[in-house]
Amino acid sequence: MNEIFGVPTQALFGQLLIGLINGSFYAVLSLGLAVIFGLLNIINFTHGAQYMMGAFVAYVLLERFGVGYWWALLVAPLVVGATGVLIERLMLSRLYKLDHLYGLLLTFGLALILQGLFRHEYGSAGLPYRIPDELLGARNLGFMFLPNYRAWVIVASLVVCLSTWFVIEKTRLGSTLRAATENPQLVQAFGINVPRMITLTYGFGVALAALAGVMAAPVYQVSPQMGADLIIVVFAVVVIGGMGSIMGSIVTGFGLGVIEGLTKVFYPEASNTVIFIIMAIVLMIKPAGLFGAQR
Amino acid sequence: MADAQELAIGAPARAGSLRHQRIALAVMIAFFALAPALIYPVFLMKVMCFALFACAFNLLVGYGGLLSFGHAMFLGAAGYVSAHAAKVWGFPPELAILAGTAAATLLGALSGLIAIRRQGIYFAMITLALAQMVFFFSVQAPFTGGEDGIQAVPRGRLFGLLDLSRPSSMYALVFAIFVGGFLLISRIIHSPFGQVLKAIRENEQRALSLGYDTDRYKLLAFILSAALSGLAGATKALVFQLASLTDVHWTMSGEVVLMCLVGGLGTVFGPVVGAFVIVAMANYLAQLGAWVTVVQGAVFVVCVLTFRRGVIGELGHWLKKPF
Amino acid sequence: MKLKRSLIAIAAAFAAGTAHAQISDGVIKIGVLNDMSGLYADLTGPGSVVAARLAVEDFGAAKKGMKVEIIGADHQNKPDVGSTIARTWYDTDKVDVIVDVPTSSVALAVNQITREKGKAFLVSGAATSDLTGKACSPNTIHWTYDTWMLANGTGSAIVKTGGDSWFFLTADYAFGHALERDTEAVVLKNGGKVLGKVRHPFPGSDFSSFLLQAQTSKAKIIGLANAGGDTINSIKQAAEFGIVKAGQNLAGLLVFLTDVKALGLQTAQGLIFTETFYWDQNDATRAFTKRFSAQAPRNNYPTMIHAGVYSAVLHYLKAVEALKSDDGTKVIAQMKKTPTDDPLFGKGTIRADGRKIHSALLVEVKKPAESKGPWDLYKIRATIPAEQAFRPLAEGGCPLVK
Repeated sequence: MNEIFGVPTQALFGQLLIGLINGSFYAVLSLGLAVIFGLLNIINFTHGAQYMMGAFVAYVLLERFGVGYWWALLVAPLVVGATGVLIERLMLSRLYKLDHLYGLLLTFGLALILQGLFRHEYGSAGLPYRIPDELLGARNLGFMFLPNYRAWVIVASLVVCLSTWFVIEKTRLGSTLRAATENPQLVQAFGINVPRMITLTYGFGVALAALAGVMAAPVYQVSPQMGADLIIVVFAVVVIGGMGSIMGSIVTGFGLGVIEGLTKVFYPEASNTVIFIIMAIVLMIKPAGLFGAQR
Repeated sequence: MADAQELAIGAPARAGSLRHQRIALAVMIAFFALAPALIYPVFLMKVMCFALFACAFNLLVGYGGLLSFGHAMFLGAAGYVSAHAAKVWGFPPELAILAGTAAATLLGALSGLIAIRRQGIYFAMITLALAQMVFFFSVQAPFTGGEDGIQAVPRGRLFGLLDLSRPSSMYALVFAIFVGGFLLISRIIHSPFGQVLKAIRENEQRALSLGYDTDRYKLLAFILSAALSGLAGATKALVFQLASLTDVHWTMSGEVVLMCLVGGLGTVFGPVVGAFVIVAMANYLAQLGAWVTVVQGAVFVVCVLTFRRGVIGELGHWLKKPF
Repeated sequence: MKLKRSLIAIAAAFAAGTAHAQISDGVIKIGVLNDMSGLYADLTGPGSVVAARLAVEDFGAAKKGMKVEIIGADHQNKPDVGSTIARTWYDTDKVDVIVDVPTSSVALAVNQITREKGKAFLVSGAATSDLTGKACSPNTIHWTYDTWMLANGTGSAIVKTGGDSWFFLTADYAFGHALERDTEAVVLKNGGKVLGKVRHPFPGSDFSSFLLQAQTSKAKIIGLANAGGDTINSIKQAAEFGIVKAGQNLAGLLVFLTDVKALGLQTAQGLIFTETFYWDQNDATRAFTKRFSAQAPRNNYPTMIHAGVYSAVLHYLKAVEALKSDDGTKVIAQMKKTPTDDPLFGKGTIRADGRKIHSALLVEVKKPAESKGPWDLYKIRATIPAEQAFRPLAEGGCPLVK
């Protein structure tokens, strides 16, 4: 079978692989959002801006301090995660007793501020970031050339996603965290510092966004706009996967990347919108999401 | 974490004399009637259109407790239909505006049927998804002109008599539509229907147990809100003689939330004040470029943290009367 | 302030003699309207205000006793914001001429408003050739470039040098479609073939899927009918997938100096496209660049749009001086009557349909080894003479041209 629906099979496999690569970014980003929402009930609209900050930290590290990609993978999430901790301590914690839509509005406002500040400082044409030397080049897979860097992105995302899932669902730390969100007073009574756990968890979710940003820097231009349109797509992914479900966002992230990739082949103009169509359908049939549990 | 401690979005209105509200209404009408002598009329017309949009949105979020993230689809779709009707079909302005409003109402009914079945964040997400689909349609459909939008929309003659290309005539029409729309919303809020809506916002289970078909009330509120947003959008298309993608983009949905938040969710006059503030800011800060985004973000943050009641809400709180 | 203005107005009236021609309130007010903070801020933005200021200085307005003011505003690439600002400027702020305006949809809106109010509009930033076609106006002059020129310059040059099979990667909006349509026509006219096209959503971010389709088509040339961030990302990702190394070439249909700077020579090398100005062409352009860069944000060098603003404002002021009036329609007519001459574009003319004519440059991005400075980015491969660079007058469909 040389062709499927008029597209050469080889080309189709190539598109699927590319879809998987995009899916990796969706997965890591939606993982961060899912962690924050699932465990803390906070809708973190700032996630896109924090992803952008991760990319910028990597850029500044390289330009100003000559610190390369591999260090940036470590430093950027820590730095941006720290700002996340500050945001949580100073602002978000005041909103917990209110309707969690206020949290959404606050983080939306923060996203606007961050985007505006970076745009003012760096302009919007975008800044280049080199692919690290160790990952240059491409491998000939027969049906396409797969750049080594993109292969690395898939592997790294899978590792990060699966280890996070493992920690949250299968370890003691994770179960303490889950218990703390269901019944904070009781867990606090056991002597566990619940507010601190919440703060650190938010910081961790933010750090995941920054990590995605560093990984994205060599692929897309580093620009203040990079998080803005991505954020609503990632939200759609989280909603489809199930807002509290970690595994849901991982699977949906990769899955949607593939679906988007296929759409680009058959009806490319719609590739920006297909995710929302799916989201609307899922919300009508199973509002808790594909893997979610009704809250 | 869902428990009775969560404060629902929107300020609870208190019973009380409505005399101060009538005074406020008179002040507002006088302001918009007299201000064009001092302030640039096109700016004021923009404020009035957005104020109507914000009031319509507030009906849903402030009084119905339903935060929609896709209201731009009503503003924008009505604008496109109205512009197309005036320019291509040659409708006179009153029919063009009616056509736009009708389109928004229909869209409201369809999307409402889909969205109302869910609550809270899921409701918001569905409205966002539907708005994105309307956006996509607006980009693709040839009649909307894509990035260019529908330009050079003729204002025409109102009822075949009043030439709307004269700024004063157009202003009078917009003023009439704004005041009419505002009074209608005000009536809805203070009617029995409005009371039931508030009850549903406060405690839906209780309202259900009292025998009210809450879904029907919510749907009706949604459709009314969509229709009046459409009215604002259709009028705006004639004022600026332009219908563009900005009006269907999701950031427009965010702006109307901001307007209501700044003005005061769940207050009668809040959205008008909020619209005035936000439109003025966008206008006069336009020279500052990227700082406009920062300022808007900062306003959001400050309002959510410390100024949750909004301008009118704080005023009402201070005077101990609802506005 | 008001008294002073009236006095100046009265003085100007006397100076003008019996003619009713008069500079409105004694001040020539120039409005620079463009994208100050978004996608195009570097290629137009505050730099255009700098360019306008330099033109006013070089014109010697102060010495001639003419009062000229320049204001700037951000239209955020939205037609409604742009038209509100244009209206306010014309109605309340007494602006006489609006310059620049990138983003074709905004330019078309401002074009309409300027015509209604009888003011003047000098377009440098926008691309749509409709401004001198079906939307042409006696109040508008289209400077710098347009889609037809880009398509023709780049398209025919590339086909003639052997790039005769094309695949288009097009931004899915009016500008992208127009660019694709115009370039396809040129390619076919010169004996080339179009092997395929794909439309990507605007704005896009990941083009790998589309680039893969381009690779599969085995076309010799991949035409990028998009602009700004989309072009940059397409080029970057093409480099990643080794498209150029595997033997296909990229043709950027709308690329600016600041885009190439953002990409870096490593990624952009070999890219061929058309511009109408390069800072390093001659001593005059280099001198201008030095002054411009000193005042521009981040010391950026001027793009052809900045150069266009300078050239247009200079010619405008000369026309106002000759007419002793800043009435929009009259000044535009005067500008069309007079040939242009400035240090950046040299000698040129303005046609009846409002199209400014000057020669175009076919440029190629240097390899990193060939570049001797941070802005030494292009080598000029050919100069397209002015008569051939732009769409023939008769083909535009402009109602002003009988």
